[in-house]
Amino acid sequence: MSDNPSLRTPSQRIAWIATIVISTLVFIFLIAPILAIMPLSFSSGSYLTYPLPGLSLRWYDDFINSPRWMTSLKNSMIIGVASTLLSMLLGTLAALGLAQWKSRFKPLVLAFVLSPVVVPGVITAVGLYFFFAPIGLTGSYLGLILAHTALATPFVVITVGATLQSFDTNLARAAASLGASPLYAFRRVILPLILPGLASGALFAFATSFDEVVIVLFMAGPEQRTLPREMFSGIRENISPTITAAAVILTTVSVILLATLEGLRRRNERLKGSSA
Amino acid sequence: MTAASLTGADAQAEVPLKRRLKRAERARQIKALALVLPLLLFLLFTFAGPIAGMLWRSVDDREVRQVLPQTVAVLANWDGKDLPDEKAYAALASDILAGRASGTVAIAAKRLNYALNGFRTILTSTARNLKAVPEPGTAKETLSKINPAWRERTTWTTIKDASGPMTGFYLLAALDLTRNVDGAIVAASPDQAIYRSVFARTFIISLSVTALCLILGFPVAYLLATLPPGRSNLLMIFVLLPFWTSLLVRTCAWIVLLQSNGVVNDSLHWLGIIDEPLRLIYNRFGVCVAMTHVLLPFMILPLYSSMKAISPAYMRAAASLGAPPVTAFLRIYLPQTLPGIGAGSLLVFILALGYYITPALVGGAADQMISYFIALYTTETANWGLASALGAVLLLVTLLLALVYGKLVHGQQVTGGMKN
Repeated sequence: MSDNPSLRTPSQRIAWIATIVISTLVFIFLIAPILAIMPLSFSSGSYLTYPLPGLSLRWYDDFINSPRWMTSLKNSMIIGVASTLLSMLLGTLAALGLAQWKSRFKPLVLAFVLSPVVVPGVITAVGLYFFFAPIGLTGSYLGLILAHTALATPFVVITVGATLQSFDTNLARAAASLGASPLYAFRRVILPLILPGLASGALFAFATSFDEVVIVLFMAGPEQRTLPREMFSGIRENISPTITAAAVILTTVSVILLATLEGLRRRNERLKGSSA
Repeated sequence: MTAASLTGADAQAEVPLKRRLKRAERARQIKALALVLPLLLFLLFTFAGPIAGMLWRSVDDREVRQVLPQTVAVLANWDGKDLPDEKAYAALASDILAGRASGTVAIAAKRLNYALNGFRTILTSTARNLKAVPEPGTAKETLSKINPAWRERTTWTTIKDASGPMTGFYLLAALDLTRNVDGAIVAASPDQAIYRSVFARTFIISLSVTALCLILGFPVAYLLATLPPGRSNLLMIFVLLPFWTSLLVRTCAWIVLLQSNGVVNDSLHWLGIIDEPLRLIYNRFGVCVAMTHVLLPFMILPLYSSMKAISPAYMRAAASLGAPPVTAFLRIYLPQTLPGIGAGSLLVFILALGYYITPALVGGAADQMISYFIALYTTETANWGLASALGAVLLLVTLLLALVYGKLVHGQQVTGGMKN
């Protein structure tokens, strides 16, 4: 940082140090709560305070042996995977179409496709509750999967669309001129290049569904309660250490998703670097 | 062949080629649209349709005309100036008897009670005490004897107002307005006029959270944009990890930290700073802290993208031209971050407006935002008209702000700043 031009005068140095100090405090603010709750899940006592009376895995044991928690984990997985697959299908097709479509209505269509991200969750949930109840889709897996797909697809359209934007269409033309059928060209040329984008889209979609709780609150019956929904009632009633165990499990999933995404991004940057 | 005939042949060949290209392009466009269509239809069914349905519910008003059809028909010709004539009373008596038989009186009673407190009692007591169809010409007397409210003009204007099939009643109620006996729009009675203050509270909490995010996010974004890429990528994890951590986990973490025997209070007590535990949660403070924590990454990421795009050469140029650091920062650097500040602030504000889970879990009764009331009226009291009207107002505000956001980030990397 010695070449940093903002460090030439004492006042600039003070400003820079202040930036570092404030940023450090903000980083602590961002991370500390998540870190602070983790050790509590390994406590042998049932109070959520430090110092821990001893270490144990009893709360994880509790989690694994509780049909309520395990069912909710299973539900989260079923709904998450199903809505990821469905949103990948719809979102990738739409992104491919939008990349080629030229029309003055395109911004309007794009705004519509992305609007589920902006509209407050409660509004979507209330609308779906009224709309799905008469046709028997409340209290069903299908209803939740459809609703989560609607929320997740915008992220797929954004990530896959961004990948397509950097995709060199000449490669597809080259494949065609060398005699590849459109399907073959897609499979052997286009797909490998946009695969990281597809994978990021899938991760976003899964995370969106896995984290969603407002729609589940309105639409899920007792059979379809997901992990966040179970945590919501757990926090409402009283926070037992089992919730902290659930929180650690959820956070682990997030870390895996984030790490995979970061890996994809690095791979992408490396590929771009080598082709330049 | 002469040059002239050559160009002539070219011109002839050009027309079909042009047409062929045009046709191919049109086919391509149709194919592209066909790829987008499944998603559009899907969203129509799972998103736009439901929201349109909710908006329709905010003006839908058919309960009373279904339960009291004859009364509504007679009142259609009533000018509302004096009490309606005998015909209306007879129609009402007949409607109430029919409604009693089919068990639907309660539906109309519930709807009318929203408009006039106590109407439920008026209608149910009448239904209970009305023995049979009154003799012709005595309906007015019979009903008024059962309940003197039938001699009040307000009782009848309330029914007329609720005749449907559409009403502005719920939308007016969402803005603390109502129609008086003469049909003029006036302020609602104080015991029902709570929504303006709920909207104000929603705005104040969202604004405070946006301001906190900006104050905390600006230095972090500046640091991340200034550090060499290796280091800033490492520090970026501190921003992205919370971003990817479940909302419920983060909310749960704040409760564990801030509750009266939580980590923060225990530590402060242990350090001897406080004797009594501080009240840090289930109040406005807790809501603002938890919401700032959740929304801070949405401020840092757009700010970071806009700062990353500022060339250091500008600051060097300013310095070389003799600008003191503070002047250079205020006049050169800060103006260039304004689009990022605008985008980040709007994004945080829009997201904060619709918050439900965090205030519901870490807020007290006086910190519940508009979403809480929408949820409450949907699932608890089943006042769907009012829930939909409040939702319509929130949706309108959100979409207007999103429109401004769209204009603001137009031309910037919209998607790049959002996530990742």
